[in-house]
Formats: sequence, C-alpha cells, structure tokens
Amino acid sequence: MMKNIKMKSNWLFIALLAITTTYARAGKDSTATSAPAAEVKADANNAGLKLPAGFGALKVADSVNGARHIVVTEKGDIYVKTSGTKNGGGIFVLHVGDNGKLQSKEGFGNYGGTGIAIKNGYLYASSNTEVFRYKLDADGKVADPENPEKIITGLLDRHQHESKSIALDNDGNIYVNIGAYSNSCQEKDRTNGSMGMKPCPILDSAAGIWQFKADKPNQTYGDGARYATGLRNVVGLDWNTTTNSLFVMQHGRDGLHDLFGQYFDAKQSAELPAECMYQVKKGDNAGWPYIYYDQIQQKKILAPEYGGDGKKTGGEDAIDPVVAFPGHLAPNGLLFYTGNMFPAKYKNGAFIAFHGSWNRAPEPQKGYLVAFVPFKDGKPSGKWEIFADDFAGGPEFISPAKAKHRPCGLAQGPDGSLYISDDKGGSIYRIVYKGK
Amino acid sequence: MNKKLLLAAAGMFTVAGLFAQKTTAKKAAPKGKEIYTQYCLSCHQPDGDGVPNLNPPLINTSYVLGDKTKLITWVLKGTTEKVEIDGQTYSNNMPPQNFLTDEQLASVLTYIRSNFGNKASAISAADVKAVRATVK
Repeated sequence: MMKNIKMKSNWLFIALLAITTTYARAGKDSTATSAPAAEVKADANNAGLKLPAGFGALKVADSVNGARHIVVTEKGDIYVKTSGTKNGGGIFVLHVGDNGKLQSKEGFGNYGGTGIAIKNGYLYASSNTEVFRYKLDADGKVADPENPEKIITGLLDRHQHESKSIALDNDGNIYVNIGAYSNSCQEKDRTNGSMGMKPCPILDSAAGIWQFKADKPNQTYGDGARYATGLRNVVGLDWNTTTNSLFVMQHGRDGLHDLFGQYFDAKQSAELPAECMYQVKKGDNAGWPYIYYDQIQQKKILAPEYGGDGKKTGGEDAIDPVVAFPGHLAPNGLLFYTGNMFPAKYKNGAFIAFHGSWNRAPEPQKGYLVAFVPFKDGKPSGKWEIFADDFAGGPEFISPAKAKHRPCGLAQGPDGSLYISDDKGGSIYRIVYKGK
Repeated sequence: MNKKLLLAAAGMFTVAGLFAQKTTAKKAAPKGKEIYTQYCLSCHQPDGDGVPNLNPPLINTSYVLGDKTKLITWVLKGTTEKVEIDGQTYSNNMPPQNFLTDEQLASVLTYIRSNFGNKASAISAADVKAVRATVK
C-alpha cells in the first residue's frame, strides 16, 4: 500500500518534471535553430573501453543493477529492462542531461526480465513468462506505468535459458525467443555420456522463436505460431529492415569435452561449437539439438548425443549460419545500425554484444566485448571484428565472476549514438563518433 | 644418557608421525583437485568463484561450509531447480554426481571445503556412505 502511494507520488513528480522539461526544450529549440545541439563529450578514458580510432565512450549511468536489454526514445530517454526488481521497478527510465549523463532515474514494472522494444507508439517489455506493453505519449514517455496491457502470457520458464527476448516487424507481429530448458536434449541434462532424446520433446514448446500479434491481449502458445525451431537459446535478436527479416544470435551448446570426452579434448571444447548468427524465415530449422555448427570445419556436425563423433555431418534440413563466431562467447544483444553518426562502413551492419564466456574453462575465458559485422545488401560484406573491448576491466578480470562489466543489450539513439548495457556492473555506455 | 636417547627417539617418532600425516594429506589433496578439475571446474570455475546467475560459487557459501549431510546430498542428487544461495539465485542444472565413489566424493568435498579460502572440516568416505544410503 505504502509502495503504491510512493510510486504514484513519484509519477506525479515525473509528470511535472516532464512538463517542465518539455517547456525547457521548446524554449531551447526556438532559440537554437541556427546552432547545432550541444554534443556530448566522451569520458577522458573512454569509460575504460577500447574503441576504434575516432570513437569515444561515455558512461551515462553506473547504477542500473542487472541492466539487460535497452531502448532509446526519440527524445533521448533510455528505457532499461532489468533482470530483477528494485523498489518495485523492473523497468527503469533514465533521463539524461545535455552532457549525456544521468539526471534522474525512475522505476516501474514490478517484474524481472530481459526484453524491451519500442514500436508504433508502445513500449514492450518481457518477464520470463509474459510480454506487456505500455502506451507512450507524444514525448515518448510511458503514460500509465501501473496498467500495461498483457500481450502474451504463459510461456515456459524452466530455469534454464529462461529469458524472453523480443523483436517486432513492420507488419504488426512480435517475435519472442523461448529458450530450451536443456543443454543438448540429453535424457539426463548435462550428464556425462547421456544420449539425446529422439525426437527431442523440448522442440514443441521451446528452443525456437514464436510469433504473436503485437496488439492482441492475452495470447499464449495456441494463439501464436512457432516461427523458427532448432534454436537452443537466443538472447540477441533484431528485425533487419533491409532484408525485412529476423536475425538471431544463438547461444551454442556447452560441454562437448565434459559430456563426450572420447571425441573432444578441452581445447576443442573451448572453441566449439560456433556461436551463430542466423537469418530466420518462417518455418526455418537451425538444427538444435541434433547438430551444431563447427566454424573450423565450416560444417554442420552431428551432435555426439545423436551418434556424432566430431566429424560426421548432419542437419541436411537445417539452415546455415550467416556468421559463425568462436564458441561460448554468449551473444546477448544484436542491433543493425541504421544511424548516420558513424562512418559509412557501419551503416546497416550488425553490432553484437557478447556477454563473455564461462564454458571455456580450463582454457582462458574470453569475449567480454561488442563485435561488429559489416553488411551490404543484407549480407555480411566482411569478417567480424572487435568494436568495443575491455569491459571485463583487464586481463586479470576475464572470468564471469571477476569481470567488472558484461555487455548485454544494444540500442541506437536518435543522433546515431550506440548504447550498451552491462548487467554485471549496472553501467550504461554511450558510444559516439568524434571524427578523424 | 638414557633419558636423552629416549627423548631423541620420541622426537624422531613424532617427526615420522607428522611426516606420515603430511604425506596422507598431500595424497588426498591432489586427488580432490584432480576430481574437481575433471567434474566440477568447467561450471564452478578454476578459482571456485562460479558464474553469476548460473553456477553458484563455492567460496564462503553456506552450502559448502555448512551441514555436511546437506552438501553430500546436494552433490549426489544434483538439481533441476532454480536455487537461492545466500540471497543470489542460480538457474543452471547440476547433474547428479552419484557415479563417483564414496572415497572420490569425500576427497573432492574435502578439497572444496579447504580451498578457495574455505576452512571447513574434512568429509570422510564413511560420511558419504552414510548419506548415500538415505538418498534415492
């Protein structure tokens, strides 16, 4: 009860603040027609990040615990979905000043989760079982934070790969990842030598992307369609407006050496299988759990749970990846860059936020970084490269527990800045291009 | 003279005893470490600090340092539930480790209770055997 009252008074305060800000902005706009808007300055040390020449980084905020996916409004407000809740908030809206730094932060949406997106005047956000939407006003602010519409409900959460990432197309559909509650569909999950179930019963209700209507309340499995299957777990996904299709980043399977040591040594197991980017169309199958993609042999390989030995190929009916990255780096965010701030090379290319590995031990962990893949006409036009690095904080921190920051979500600002969220340290970074 | 000899003999005996004890401990430690490396390390990590939100750390946690029976049961049975440990939740499945012998489990549990900065008492094969008899 107290919390409700407090939340309401907070929102009254935000409403007042919004009105004041609007007036302030209107005033500024009318006098600033001849001068460009104040440019944000990168932090002196680029917020500890290593970036290509000409780019700079600033830390917008450093206190958004469990910051998963993010989205930036036309007015420059940042909405962050958090993995847990704090003081009744699982979504935080960050208002920033002209210097790009956090001015105020307000929470609402009393559920933890990962997915967040803006489409056609609505903010969409997901828990690990449901998807909600909130109407945005003309300033891109959530009008009624206490009363969202429940769009999707009753999705599986069996404590493994439980996050429900979301993306929307331009035809009124929303796509939701439902991850497999298993590593490789073994009879006994993650148990040495246990064979795979055939057919894998998980595929009926998980391990794929489901498509729902973006505006219809209370949909569940029967109302949606399994859009793509054979995807073990997707956290990063984005709708590509060049190809008008969905792209997803799959988290590949773990433990080839631990589970089938007769075929894989620890070094092979650290590199394999690839973390794959797929372009998925309706009805596509990416092959999990029966196969995995080996980026060294550049082949779809039969999983050892299904009779594979690291060499036998399989998955004739499965699609090939668009890009194959080294194993276990955990791609948690995908964004096709359509902004104008960055040099031409980056236009329509893909940024991928890698959370960083844990399943490479005893080999060193890696991949606490943001990668980039150039695209032309909807296809990769060059090799993937590291765009932003050193999130972990230095070589001594490159392990999941020691890492200071782990990239998770990506968003593009109205000026073309790239925003990166960090669910380990709670930081929100903004990358800007400063010129040559 | 006799007294001196006796003292010297007693001293030698003690040293020999200590040496014997030390070698047994040394023998047990590598065995525990070996088992840890083979069956536990890839999830719980080389330093036992785990993976946030997925695989719990083994450092200074009530599950490792607390009740022996609870710890032995946990490792024998594994889990497919989301687990809350000392205020943090972990969602990855842990496979049952019941294929390890009583001696192997005793070594590895003693290893984790006395490494990574942990200082808790050893677990014996008899402890594991007693718990295993009650676990289905």
